[in-house]
Amino acid sequence: MEQNISTGGSTAVLTAPAMRLRQVGVAFAGRTAVRNVTFNVDENKVTSLIGPSGSGKTTLLRSLNRLHDLTKTAVVTGDIYLRDLNVYGGDLPTTLLRSRIGMVFQRPNPFPTMSIYDNVVSGLRFNGIKDRALLDEAAESALISAALWDSVKGRLKAHASTLSGGEQQRLCIARALAVEPEVLLMDEPTSSLDPVSTQRIEELMTELKQRVTIVIVTHNMQQAARVSDNCAFLLMAEDRAGELIEFATTEKIFHNPDDPRTLDYIQGRFG
Amino acid sequence: MVERRRTVHDIASRKLRGRKIRSSIYIGFIVSAIVVALIPLGFIVVALLVKGAHVISATFLTATPVQPTLFDQDNIGGIGNAIVGSLVVDGIAALMAVPMGVVIGLYLSERSTRTATILRSVSEIMTGLPSILFGVFSYIYIVTWMRGYSAFAASVALALLMTPVISKAAETALRDVPLSLKEAGLALGARQSTVTLKVILPYAFPGVFTGVLLALARAVGETAPLLFVIGASIIYDWNPAHPSTAMPLMIFNYAGSFYESQQAAAWGVALTLVVIVFALNLAARFVAARMRREQY
Ligand SMILES: Nc1ncnc2c1ncn2[C@@H]1O[C@H](COP(=O)(O)OP(=O)(O)OP(=O)(O)O)[C@@H](O)[C@H]1O
Ligand SMILES: [Mg+2]
Repeated sequence: MEQNISTGGSTAVLTAPAMRLRQVGVAFAGRTAVRNVTFNVDENKVTSLIGPSGSGKTTLLRSLNRLHDLTKTAVVTGDIYLRDLNVYGGDLPTTLLRSRIGMVFQRPNPFPTMSIYDNVVSGLRFNGIKDRALLDEAAESALISAALWDSVKGRLKAHASTLSGGEQQRLCIARALAVEPEVLLMDEPTSSLDPVSTQRIEELMTELKQRVTIVIVTHNMQQAARVSDNCAFLLMAEDRAGELIEFATTEKIFHNPDDPRTLDYIQGRFG
Repeated sequence: MVERRRTVHDIASRKLRGRKIRSSIYIGFIVSAIVVALIPLGFIVVALLVKGAHVISATFLTATPVQPTLFDQDNIGGIGNAIVGSLVVDGIAALMAVPMGVVIGLYLSERSTRTATILRSVSEIMTGLPSILFGVFSYIYIVTWMRGYSAFAASVALALLMTPVISKAAETALRDVPLSLKEAGLALGARQSTVTLKVILPYAFPGVFTGVLLALARAVGETAPLLFVIGASIIYDWNPAHPSTAMPLMIFNYAGSFYESQQAAAWGVALTLVVIVFALNLAARFVAARMRREQY
């Protein structure tokens, strides 16, 4: 099926971009944090956002699921499309948009008042699903996908806070997956985890991309090289606003980037 | 660098002695302050136990009052009706004050508009008002409107007293809810109202609940707001539209009585009330501690 088709590109319909960013900019209280970012997020691929601290990776990521709506001073410009729907153009309600674009945060943030089970199905319940059989099924399948089922199946009623940090992050991944999003946004999902948990989550991403398109922010060059297919490199301009320097396949970014600044960054010469 | 390290260590060890002396002086101050504060409290508790404990019995807690006569001075009945009255008055007050307090607390924790600032000031001023003013308010609006004294009018007065206490506690507890949890909820496609109901309020619940119990503890012991709105009653009466009575009012009435038996009963009611308030306080602490432990 789709994943069997190589990146050759002739099958435009099947590999239509899951999301498209066109001249996207974000400003906080008049100060530009990100400007003029244009690239496509390919379906069933992992797209990584890399760049030095403050280059606007998180800011850009949060514009994709309209999380900046909470910040009164934030203004998002340009166009973002999910398939052919204009994300900021009122083509679909924000709640619906967010159930189609899931998010995993930098620090594990399970709901501490809920059990493991309730955490996993919380997104479904928030969206009005009550059917017990459906919830049970979704919980099991999401926990299996997040490689957490075996270690928690005997204690689904336990509080989420009884899990280790790495398990909590995988619980958050399961929670996001249970809603069956098309796109999964991950903001440095392994930065607070130990190497073993990190590796498990990286393996997970490679498996997951068969059913969900992933956009990941990472500070870890090796991680970007290991898990992503495409890579966007952001850098601050003179006025400290983040700009897209280069977008290409990860292969190209890491081996022969067009822009010398990309090479400098990859080789650790600044940032 | 090594020079500086040595200097720092030298100064630190020279100052250590002075710090120890100062610290023991402060501790001395604190301990004596606590003792001074505890002495009157100790006297009250001892007096309550000595004068009140022997009055309390099953009959005292369940019977209705009997007016003693010169020939039968010791037959005063019980305070069952006042306990029921307190239950009705404080229960209805809580039914009104809890939702109002929580909604105001939610509003204050979410918004920083001018309206919020004004509301917060008003609510802080209300906490400091003499409680009799709430009785005056209830008299002017509720008693006049209902054309008579009632338990409900007393509840309104107490609800006004409780609301700012609850809203303050709720605001503080709700402000403590991490932004990351709200974001997690919204990022799953939940509406803001769903996040408030399913994520924010459960997280803040221990703090809100503690506030409610503390507000109740305060309301249970109030006499002034009830004085001229509750009327009087010497029978069991659960109807909030009827005149009623409450435990603190019994103390007020009995303490100035001509009969020694009723004066003793005042101590008995006082002791009962103190036990209830103490239990509410303990429960508040227990619930808060217990829930916090479960969450983490
Ligand atoms: N809510 C906000 N209000 C004001 N400025 C903000 C806000 N969020 C981000 N910024 C600013 O936007 C710029 C980009 O921040 P962002 O968090 O996107 O960087 P980042 O690339 O994710 O950095 P890091 O790698 O350290 O996470 C920074 O200058 C930051 O101060
Ligand atoms: Mg970031």
